This record gives sequence, C-alpha cells and structure tokens, in this order.
Amino acid sequence: MPDGAAPILDVNNLKTIFRTRDGEVHAVNSVSFDVGPGELLGVVGESGSGKSVTMMSLMGLLPSPPAEIVSGEILYQGSDVRKMSEAQLRDLRGGDVGFVFQDPMTSLNPVFTVGYQLVEPLQIHMGLSKKAARARAAELLDLVGIPDARKRLSDYPHQFSGGMRQRVMIAIALACDPKLLIADEPTTALDVTIQAQIIELVRDLRQQLGMAIVWITHDLGVVAGIADRVMVMYGGQIVEHAPVGELFANPQHPYTRALLETVPRVDGTRDARLRSIQGQPPSLAAHPASCPFAARCGHVFDRCLVENPERRDVGARHDVACFWDARTREPYNG
Amino acid sequence: MFTYTLRRLAFAVPTLLIISFIIFVILDMAPNDPTASLPLTIPPEVRQQIRDALGLDQPMPIRYFKWCVQFFWNEPVNLIEQWTGWTIGDSESRLRVISWQTRSPVVDLIAERMPQTLWVVGMSYVVGILIAIPIGVISAYKQYSWFDQFGTLFSMAGFSVPTFFTGLLFIVIFSVNLQWFPSVYDTTHRVTDWDSFWFQVRQMIMPVMVLALFNASQISRFMRASMLDNLQQDYVRTARAKGLRERAVLLIHVLRNSMIPVVTVIALGVPQIFGGAIITEQIFRVNGLGQLLIVGIQSADIPLVQTLTFIFAVLIVLFNLVADVLYGILDPRIRYD
Repeated sequence: MPDGAAPILDVNNLKTIFRTRDGEVHAVNSVSFDVGPGELLGVVGESGSGKSVTMMSLMGLLPSPPAEIVSGEILYQGSDVRKMSEAQLRDLRGGDVGFVFQDPMTSLNPVFTVGYQLVEPLQIHMGLSKKAARARAAELLDLVGIPDARKRLSDYPHQFSGGMRQRVMIAIALACDPKLLIADEPTTALDVTIQAQIIELVRDLRQQLGMAIVWITHDLGVVAGIADRVMVMYGGQIVEHAPVGELFANPQHPYTRALLETVPRVDGTRDARLRSIQGQPPSLAAHPASCPFAARCGHVFDRCLVENPERRDVGARHDVACFWDARTREPYNG
Repeated sequence: MFTYTLRRLAFAVPTLLIISFIIFVILDMAPNDPTASLPLTIPPEVRQQIRDALGLDQPMPIRYFKWCVQFFWNEPVNLIEQWTGWTIGDSESRLRVISWQTRSPVVDLIAERMPQTLWVVGMSYVVGILIAIPIGVISAYKQYSWFDQFGTLFSMAGFSVPTFFTGLLFIVIFSVNLQWFPSVYDTTHRVTDWDSFWFQVRQMIMPVMVLALFNASQISRFMRASMLDNLQQDYVRTARAKGLRERAVLLIHVLRNSMIPVVTVIALGVPQIFGGAIITEQIFRVNGLGQLLIVGIQSADIPLVQTLTFIFAVLIVLFNLVADVLYGILDPRIRYD
C-alpha cells in the first residue's frame, strides 16, 4: 500500500460481546486496525482467538442477539458502518465488500442452482437484467477458472467438488467488483493441493482486479505466501502487527514466536521436535485485567498478571502488545 | 424421475393386493353378524338363510376372490361404462360390491359421501396449512419472542385438546350462546345464490376451524423446527453477505429448504382427508366418509368396510409415492435414477 493513502477500512477499539446464559463472552476486545486500498492483510490466530468474529462484526453478519458490538468505530471509506441504516449496510455487503467463508460444502444453498446464487447479487447491487446478469455470471465462473462456465450455471452445488465450490463462492464474492474482500479461512476445509490452487487464484485475481483483501487463517505458511501485513490475534486482542517480512524475521510477541516454532520447516534438522504451545486458549468470559497469554507464556512476570499490555511500537509499522522485550530479553520499561 | 415413478407404481400393485387380503382376513375374523341388528323375532333358520344369501356360507378364500373380481374388474368396467356410455359385455348381470345394509353399490355410496368430506375436511387441511406455515416461519425467526411463546401455546393446546372437546366447545360458544353458526351441518343444502352460499360458508366454519386448529398445530411445529434447523446453516450467512434483504433471505433461501420435510408431512397427511374426520363429522352431523365407515362397522357391513378401508390403503400408498416424488423435486440432491 502506498504510504499516506486513505485506508479503505479503519477499525478503532472494536468491542464485540456475546450475551449468553452463562454471562458475557468478550470475543473481541478493543481491536484496532486498518486496511489500505489493494492491500492484503493476513489475520492469524488459533480457533477462538476472535479473528472471524472481528471480521463478521464489521458488516453486521453476526446473529444479534447474542452478538452485540458494544463500542468502537468501523470506518468504511470514512463513513461509520455502525451508524449506517440496514439498507446502506446491505448495499455494502456483497456490493463493495465481498465475503468468502470457510466451508464451501455448506456455504452455498443446496436447493438453488449456482447460476441463481451468482445472479442474485448482480441483480440487487448492479441492477442488471436477468439476461445480462446471467452473462456476467458466466464470465465470473470463467474468471475463477471453472471450465465450461455457461453450462455449469444450471448445476447445483452438490454437482461441484469442494475446491470448485470455493471457486463459486469467490465468484459470488467478486460479483459486484468489491473494493474489499473478506476471506474467512477460505482454504481450511480444502485439500492441500486445492488450497494451493485457491491461493494462487486469489493472488491472480488480486492483481487483475486490485481489491483489498483481509485473509483470515490459522496457517502461517499461507500468510507468508500472500500477505502484505499480518495481524496476530490472541484471546480477542491483537497481540502483534507487522509487515509480513518483518513479522517472520523479527517476531516480538512470545505467542508469535511460539506459533512460528509450531510450523515444520523443510530445511530444518530432522531430529528437531516440532514444538507445540502448552496450555489452553483463554476463556473469554470476562475482560481480563491481565495479559490473556500470561498462563501459557514462558516469559511471564508479575506485571503480566495484573495488567493487560497496550500495543506499543517496536519498528516501522510494527507493534506488539507485550511487557517483555524480545530484543533485550528483559521486561520492557515504558 | 419418470421411470422411478413407474417402478414405484408397479411395486405398489403387489403391496396393495397383500393389504387387501390382510384387511379381508382381519374383517373375517371379527365376530360380526350382519343379522344382529335385525329384530329378535326373526327365527335362527331365517337368519341363516339371510347369511347364506349374502354369500357367507362360502369359504373365506372364495369370498375374497369374489370381492377381488367385483372390486378390481367389475367396478372399473362399470365406471368406464358410466363415463363413456358404452356397453361392455353383459352389464346387467355384472355383480358390483353391494353394501349388506343398504343393498346399494358401495362405490355409489362412497361417491355420494365424498363431496362433503372433501369440502369440510379438505378445506380444513388447506386452512390449517395456511395458518401453520406463517406461524412456523415467524416463530422460528423470532425464537422465544412473545409470538413464538404464543404459537407454542396455541399448538400445544390445538394438539392436546381432542377435537370432540373443541367441537363441543365451539358449538356451546358459537351456536348456543352467540347463535352465529348452525350446530348441525345440512348435507342437503344446495348453493344456488349468494344467500345460500353464505349459509354454506357459515355451516362450514365450525367443523373446518375445529379440524384446521388441529392440523395447524401439528404442521406449525414441523415448520418451526425445520426453519430453526435451516436458519443455523452457513448458506444463510452467505445469503446475508450477498446483501439480500432479510425477507428474501428468509422467504427464498431458508423457506425453500425448510419446506422439504414439511411438504412430505403435508403429503402424507392427505389420505387422512379422505378418511374423513370420524369424530368431527359425527359431532357436526356431516354425512361424510368417516361417518359412513362408522355406520358400516356398527352394522357389520363387511363389503362397505372392506372397500372403504382398502381405498384408504390405496391413498396412503399413493401419497407416500407423491411425497417421495415431491421430495425429489424440491431437493436436487435427491433426484432418483
């Protein structure tokens, strides 16, 4: 992203909670980030770290109740999404902002043809006639690499393989030339070879169409391959944020460092055991007055247990939420 | 799909033959005596002659075979003659299935009673579905809202309170106290102008509503459960992410999927319409098929009971097939062959 360009999406202090019978679950705690035009932001974290919930809250896709955005600001091209009417929000969804979800097997409606499901957003957002929309739908299927596109429009989702269905989902998301594509673990449910194809496809499409992408994943390898910037989430918070090269070269947060150690390396020594992160992800039942990672952290000290660290800058566009300084290997004084 | 339907129809033939035989055997084992309701002054040997005249002196397999010939051959031939005006063979001596009590052909009796049942019970089914589907949809969409709570109460009440109770309750309230509707259904009433049409509507309202309440309470629960299942699905989120209006998400994407099991339930319930609502027909004095069956059983009118029961069996087999075919049409994942 060119420095200084206005971000397409700017999120400040977003807090999303789920009101359940057992009390409030703070799924997203004061999350702030931005996405520039044409940029690819990777969001990494384990299951339950709040990465999907964060992105789903942005466009009001969480079921409410139980989910509720309690505070924060979501600016899409400068206008606050939270203050938008339902109709304005609908115009964004599927129009300016496209979504791809995790499980292509269940994300498409089984009783409608792929063509029908592709034509829907085209008619709503672009006001195309049925015929024009169908022609455009065929183009889109062709764009995402589905052979014999025109004929396949009248097929049902169950007649496509998993990878092909995910291509259809991508075609739906891209239908109305979105400026922002939110991809929620789009490759998690797929075979590794298909994963590679989908990643390659998104990389190509991004070059052709130039939209910004938020790519949610728990696979660091995927992020390393395609992202410009990476955001690491843990316990509903952003614990580290850096350009992709910087993050892999110079990880600061103990959690990021531990995550990197869990990735097998082709060039590593054979006898080195693959590390795992001990312990369980934190329960999000209450807003913590301590670092959420404290219980699993190897560098934990007394301050971590009584205070939740704020994000602090450690380099150019690189910040970390930790009291421990990875460079000096000592508690940070500030 | 077409060959599947044909194959299923072919399979239905042996099934129905076996059913008809079982019905015949069961009715034969019942300790019925068609002369029991005759005056006690008739001496036993005369009674025996009456029984012989009805064909009861012959062994069971022969009587079954005769019924088969009458029902599967003579009656259809007779129907064709009536429709086309042709004469096929010796139509005078062709034996039809005759009711022991009324001495008239059973099929004619059924044809006479059918319109009342179809109007009252069929209408109640349609009204029930029309009430049930919106209730189910809204209840599921606004789960645990006051509307849903009320809907649950409504269906619990409708399902657990028997129709003879609601029927009598309606009569007490609307006929006796308010005097809005007649309590007895006049089968001989003919609709000729607006006034007589209005009378027909008024006399139908109570029996239709009693049955519709019962049907609606069942179907609305199915509808609600099915909607709730589908509202959880990922494709609903996809539909919202495409920017569809909430109404379109609900009434196009979710409803179409939710209707699949409900349509099956509805199709399987259709034979019950023809079966009539025995109790409700009795309460409101509707001369329908249910009432015909009850009278037939009470007077040991075996040919009538046998034929009616068998027709119900045919309808059940047929609508099972209809349900399966509809399932295949609604759900592209289950297209046969």
